[in-house]
Amino acid sequence: MSEPVQGRRGAVVQARALGKAFELATPWLDRLLRRGVPRRVRAVDDVSFEIAPGRTLGLVGESGCGKSTLARLMVGLESPSAGEARIGGADVHATLAAGGGAARALRRGVQMIFQDPYASLNPRWRVVDIVAEPLVEQGLVTRAQAPERVAALLEDVGLKGADLRRFPHQFSGGQRQRISIARALATEPGFLVCDEPTSALDVSVQAQVLNLMVDLQRARGLSCLFISHNLVVVRYVSDDVGVMYLGRLVELAPKDELFRAPRHPYTHLLLAAVPDIERGDRRRAPVLGEVPNPLAPPSGCAFHPRCPHADARCSAERPQLLSAGATRVACHAVQEGRI
Amino acid sequence: MSGGKLLEVRDLCVEFPTRRGTLRALDGVSFDIAAGEILGVVGESGAGKSLTGAAIIGLLEAPGRVAGGAILLEGERIDTLPPEAMRRVRGKRIGAIFQDPLTSLNPLYTVGRQLVETLRTHLPLDAAAARARAIDLLRQTGIPAPESRVDQYPHEFSGGMRQRVVIALALAGEPRLIVADEPTTALDVAVQAQIVALLRQVTQAHGAAVMLITHDMGVIAETCDRVAVMYAGRVVEIGPVDEIIRRPAHPYTAGLMASVPRLDGDVARLAQIEGALPRLDAIPGGCAFHPRCPKASPKCREERPELALVARTRAACWWPLTERGGAR
Repeated sequence: MSEPVQGRRGAVVQARALGKAFELATPWLDRLLRRGVPRRVRAVDDVSFEIAPGRTLGLVGESGCGKSTLARLMVGLESPSAGEARIGGADVHATLAAGGGAARALRRGVQMIFQDPYASLNPRWRVVDIVAEPLVEQGLVTRAQAPERVAALLEDVGLKGADLRRFPHQFSGGQRQRISIARALATEPGFLVCDEPTSALDVSVQAQVLNLMVDLQRARGLSCLFISHNLVVVRYVSDDVGVMYLGRLVELAPKDELFRAPRHPYTHLLLAAVPDIERGDRRRAPVLGEVPNPLAPPSGCAFHPRCPHADARCSAERPQLLSAGATRVACHAVQEGRI
Repeated sequence: MSGGKLLEVRDLCVEFPTRRGTLRALDGVSFDIAAGEILGVVGESGAGKSLTGAAIIGLLEAPGRVAGGAILLEGERIDTLPPEAMRRVRGKRIGAIFQDPLTSLNPLYTVGRQLVETLRTHLPLDAAAARARAIDLLRQTGIPAPESRVDQYPHEFSGGMRQRVVIALALAGEPRLIVADEPTTALDVAVQAQIVALLRQVTQAHGAAVMLITHDMGVIAETCDRVAVMYAGRVVEIGPVDEIIRRPAHPYTAGLMASVPRLDGDVARLAQIEGALPRLDAIPGGCAFHPRCPKASPKCREERPELALVARTRAACWWPLTERGGAR
C-alpha cells in the first residue's frame, strides 16, 4: 500500500441542530379541503454531533430513520431546512451555494461511497474513466496522466493496475465496491461518507472490504461517517456510535461504552435483535412493534409506544440529548434514573 | 435425524447451455430434509443456493435445466412432473417465500383477494370459508386487526407486515415443504427477529419442512436445525447447526464462519478468505476450493473429494479440520 501522497489529514466534521423536512405532494382533494396545509416529513430533526479528525462515527437505525438523508446533508447533496453541516469549519451548504474556489475545494475534500456497487458505477465507462473522473474534474491530473494515477489507486484497493481498461460488469460485487473506494479516495478527501457500503456484499467479501476500508482510513487519517443498519459492522469500523430513531439521535456514545452499557431502550432493542452466531441457542428476544409512520410520529418521545419504560411524561414531552456519563442519551427514564 | 425424509435431493445437476458451451451450475447436490426440520443453505452469491431452491420448486429460469439427479417429495419424484402437474404441487405441497415481499404480491389486488384465490385454488372452500381462513392465516402470522387488514392493498402494509402476508400466502395450501429464499434480507434487524421467530413457530405448528436459503449466519444460527454449506455448485459440508458453527470440518466453512463479525468480543481485524468464488466457466479441477484453501495439497488439485463423515458433520475435503488433524 502506498503512503498518503500529500498527507491531507482528516477534517473536523460537525452537525449543528441539523434538520431536513420534506414536503409531500398533497392529494388534490385534501388540497381543496384543507387549503394548503402541506404535509411534512421531518426526515432529520435537530441532530448534532462532531467527528474529530481521523475518527469514525457509525450511525445505526432502521430503514426510514433518516440515516441516508443525514449522510446526504453532510456532503451537501441535500440542503438543510434547519441548522448547519460544517466540514473543516466551513458551512457545507453556504460554501457550495456560493460556488467558486471554496466550493471546489470543499467538493474535493468530501467523498461518498454508496451501497449498491452495481448502480453507482457507469456501466459504459472503463474503470480508468470512472476513477479518474473526479481527478480530471478537479483539474488535478490531465487525461494523459490519468492511467498512471488510476493504476496506483487500484493497487491501493487491492485490484490490479491492468484492470483499468476493463468495464464494471467484468468485476464481482466486492471488486466493484473496491473501484468505488478507489474513486472516493482519488482526490485525497479529508472526510468520507459511507452509506451501507457492504450491505450488498456476501460476508466473506464484506470482511475483505471492511478490512480494506479500515486500513485505508487509518493510513490516510480520514474522518469518516459510516452508516449501516448492521450493528456488528458498525462496531467493527467505528470509534463512536450514534443511534437514530425517526430522524433524531437518541444515543451517542464511544463504541465500547455503547456496546458494553447501552442506555436508551431503543439501543437495547436493536442490540437484542441482532442475529449473532454466538447466540445460537435462540435467545434472541422477538421485538415488539415496528417503526411508526414518519408522517404521523408519536407525540413526546417518538419511541414511547414501543418502550417498556414509557410513562405519561414520555408521551407528552420530547426528551433532549443529554449527557449521562460518557454517553449522551435522549430518554426521560434514563435522565430520571428510572433505568 | 428424526422422522422420515420429506424432501430428498439426489445428485442434482443443473446446466445452462450457452454459446460458449454448457455451464454446470449445480454439480451433484444431495441432501434431505425431515418433516418439522429447518435446513439452512448458506454460501456466497453464485454458489448455487437459490438455484437449488428454484430447481426444487420447479421454477428454473430458461435456459437452465435439470441435467441429472432426482428430487423426491414424500417419496415421489417431482423433477420429472409436467409443468401443469408441478404447478399444482407448488402452492399446495410446496410453499415459496422470496426475498422481496413487494414483488411477491400483486399490487392491484387486496391481500384478502390474493389469499382467497390461493386458498380456493388448492383447497375445496367456498368464498365465505376461504375469507374466514384468510383472516385466520393473517392472524396466525401476527398481523394485528386481520379483519380490517384483509381488505387492504400491499402498499398499505410495511415491509415486515408484507413479508408476513407472503408467509400467510405460502402457508395457504398447507404445504409440506416451504422453500424460503432470503426471507429476511430486505427487512430491518428488529423485524427480522420477528419473522425468524414466526417461521420457526409456523413450521412447528404445521409440521412442515423448511429449506431456508440465506447468507446471514446469524439467522442460520438461531433458526436452523441443520446447515448445508455450498461452494461453486456443490454441497461442501452438511451437519447440525452447532457443529457447523463451532467445529466446522471444511476449511471453507471455517473461513466463512470466521469472517462473520461478532457482536461480543472486539477484533482488531476480521478474518477473510482470500480470493473470490470462481466463475462457472472456470471452476478449478479437483476440489473447487483449492486455490483459496490454506491446506491445499497436490491431491486437492487432482481429485475431487466427496461428502464423507468427519466427526459430526459430513464434509467434502481431503484434509478436514478435526481435533487431531491429518488426512481422513
